[in-house]
Amino acid sequence: MSMSFRELVTALHGMVLGAAFLLAFSGGWVALRSIGSGDLTTEGRSRLHCRMAMLLWSMTILAWLAVLLGTWVIYPWYRAKPPVAGGVETPAGAALAEYPKYLLLSNPQTTDWHEFGMEWKEHVAWLAPILATAVAFVATCRREQLARDAMLRRTVLFLYGVCFFAAAVAGGLGALINKAAPTR
Amino acid sequence: MTPTPDDFRAHPNGPAWAAILAAAIGCATMGLLVDLAEVSKSISNSLNFYNPVGDLSGKSIGAILAWLIAWAALHAGWKNRNIQRAGMVAAVSILLVLAALAMTFPPIFGLL
Repeated sequence: MSMSFRELVTALHGMVLGAAFLLAFSGGWVALRSIGSGDLTTEGRSRLHCRMAMLLWSMTILAWLAVLLGTWVIYPWYRAKPPVAGGVETPAGAALAEYPKYLLLSNPQTTDWHEFGMEWKEHVAWLAPILATAVAFVATCRREQLARDAMLRRTVLFLYGVCFFAAAVAGGLGALINKAAPTR
Repeated sequence: MTPTPDDFRAHPNGPAWAAILAAAIGCATMGLLVDLAEVSKSISNSLNFYNPVGDLSGKSIGAILAWLIAWAALHAGWKNRNIQRAGMVAAVSILLVLAALAMTFPPIFGLL
């Protein structure tokens, strides 16, 4: 059983950062939903604020790490061009194993993994950390307002939901693309 | 619970709405850059700041810059203010985020 450096980094990106993001997301969602409840005592509210800030900032940091690692480290491995050999730009089959993008594009049955899957994933993923940062900022710096202002809370929950959707699309497609054409 | 005038005086809601609207602007910028790069090869090339990453480098840096600049400007303008038309800011933010989702969806930018 062995893993190459690229496989390790890809696993860190998807399985460690991605899974931890999802865990922090669930906790943050529960905290954000509870913050407007009138049943909370002052002490309970204060504890909830503290937990919520910790979860949301953890999620934000994880989202930034996942996106930066994905874009600036793993994506160049994915889209690396195979060397030109004998005038043929893209050799076929096993020769493309180390060039996932070109491996996918070499077969009409896998083309959509790149043209739909990777094209969507690489772009929509960037919405997640931006939205997560805004949510964490509001929930930390304007937490009393968030508890009292239903419109602010609903808007924050909407952004939080879109943040999760973007991360889920990116994570799900990433796992499927890596299955079709692993980054080695 | 609804905010009272005292709440607004103690903690103006401007910074919260500034953060939300700026994030929506950052997301919409990402969507816009994706679509512009799809429409024009020269825009795509000009967004290629770092060859191994391709034009995604320029799109992501552009979106982050737009987000941070919008946040700084809105925060500076709204930090001591209460936004009276918060519903309008919420609606614009939601529309910008939905537009960003649409603009980054390949079947949509594939039509361009």
